[in-house]
Amino acid sequence: MENKFFHHALKVRDDQCIGCTHCMTVCPTEAIRVRNGKAVIIDDRCVDCGMCLRSCPVKAIHIEHDDFSRIFDFKQRIALVPSVLIGQFPEEISVTQIYSVLMELGFTAVYEVEHGVEILQHAMRRFMAQQGQSKPVISSFCPAVVRLIQVRFPALTENIMLLKPPLDIAAHHIKKLYTDQGIEGHEIGIFYITPCAAKIAAIKSPVGEERSPISGVINMDFIFNKIFRSIKQGGKNEACLLPEINPLTKEGVMWSLTHGEASQAQGRCLAIDEIHNVMDFLEKIENDEITDIDFLELRACDESCAGGVLAAANRFLTVERMKKRAKNQPSIHDQTAENHPQAISNYEQYLLQNISIEEVNPRSMLKLDEDMSEAMRKMNQRNKLMNVLPKVDCGACGAPGCQALAEDIVQGKAGIEQCFFIRNRQLTAGQLDMAGSTAIIQKIWGNKKLKNTD
Amino acid sequence: MLFDFEIQGGDFATAGNASSQIKKILKQLNVDHRDIKRIVVALYEAEVNVVAHAFGGKISAEINTTEVRIRLVDEGPGIPDIELAMQQGYSTASPEVREMGFGAGMGLPNMKKNTDEMHITSVVDEGTTVELIFFLNQTPPNH
Repeated sequence: MENKFFHHALKVRDDQCIGCTHCMTVCPTEAIRVRNGKAVIIDDRCVDCGMCLRSCPVKAIHIEHDDFSRIFDFKQRIALVPSVLIGQFPEEISVTQIYSVLMELGFTAVYEVEHGVEILQHAMRRFMAQQGQSKPVISSFCPAVVRLIQVRFPALTENIMLLKPPLDIAAHHIKKLYTDQGIEGHEIGIFYITPCAAKIAAIKSPVGEERSPISGVINMDFIFNKIFRSIKQGGKNEACLLPEINPLTKEGVMWSLTHGEASQAQGRCLAIDEIHNVMDFLEKIENDEITDIDFLELRACDESCAGGVLAAANRFLTVERMKKRAKNQPSIHDQTAENHPQAISNYEQYLLQNISIEEVNPRSMLKLDEDMSEAMRKMNQRNKLMNVLPKVDCGACGAPGCQALAEDIVQGKAGIEQCFFIRNRQLTAGQLDMAGSTAIIQKIWGNKKLKNTD
Repeated sequence: MLFDFEIQGGDFATAGNASSQIKKILKQLNVDHRDIKRIVVALYEAEVNVVAHAFGGKISAEINTTEVRIRLVDEGPGIPDIELAMQQGYSTASPEVREMGFGAGMGLPNMKKNTDEMHITSVVDEGTTVELIFFLNQTPPNH
């Protein structure tokens, strides 16, 4: 079964988009076209990596998150924060200070996502040891990577580790903590502070999971600004005590950074970050060019979550701060530390029962047609078109390159006259007049670009 | 449909390019991903064999809705004893080749395992022809 409903958090603001092709050119899955002078994202192809947002010169692409005031719909308002949030701030601002401001903003508790690592670690070990599991096991941590595999590397879906990421485990722990105190489900609002678009998409339409226990998602850049401003303005800060359970482990702090998982998994493990690097590597894995790797940590962003598209700080400085923080935290392997009754490790049995996700289905977006003979006919047609098209990949047709245009044409989604070079040939041959040519350009680029504006 | 590719002997950096291109074609033709997997695994192995042992070669792939036939024709030393080469662990690869992670002597048996039919003909000092045949959609649905 393929998932028909596919939520995306990345949205184009039509009123701001200037139709410049930057996003279309960088999109690693060729999911963007320009129509009527605006970028249009093709839902089935988008994996929410956020490359388009980074490339946009006018901030026309944004990440749709929940309105902050929504937290007040709940009696218990828990901020579920990733450890990269701390990494956004200069070192002189303490963890307590940051979390105190979060409480001031209206949250009733702050919980760090990576507590979930304590449970996941054990589950990973078991999962890796399973008989008949396809190797390498590919981490399910980065939702953009999971979706990339579904659409571009369907044969590798069976390599995905069918375990929830720390985020979901943490959310289940929180829910359990509160319901055990007799608090009803509708009173518990769990809000995740996200460093990227892919996490939002994964929460709003989870892959291999029924429904996420997370109530809402707030962009990290938004929260960062709020916190930083409050601290700069000298708010009361250190005032409130945190309902701190156990301190986050070293391994937890480092988990979302490159090598965070690979350094903790068993056997031959590799960590690869940045989506193009990931795609190159998956290509090799799919060919069986590289065998005997046990575990693959793949992250869509350079420097993993420190390079998340909603990160405000420089990613290398973020990594530096997080490494420094990790040094002072206890190790996950240290069993001597005192254990808080509400610590996640005391809920291990419960959380392990809920840790699996269902099989991840392939949903290849590369096929030219469902039916193979029809796909062959279209491929022939595309190859013929490629002989005619100029192969300059200029993007003036509203598609990212000549081959993309040819594939759109054979699937009835574009016309060959969208190509500037073809149009010129048609004009020269008298098969098209100037008015006709103008109309075609307007369909792709809108009216604005053809007007004389001086 | 017919597709042709060239293989450059001795160039390990580009070994696998033809396999990747054929893989892309199969994905675009909506061939089942389980079939794609075994085709590409066998083909990659065969492609690397040509790179490792021959001066160069050609791949031609014939694809229709029921089967995929891939022929690899190389100019090279040929295989003196095909039966021996089919045994696991047998390898004639040079130490340099082994150092690069190739030449463990699993090639031909692994190829055969992933194909429905495999035919090898070889003439010593002239070259080898390998034909890989795959019947599509034979995998049981619950595999």
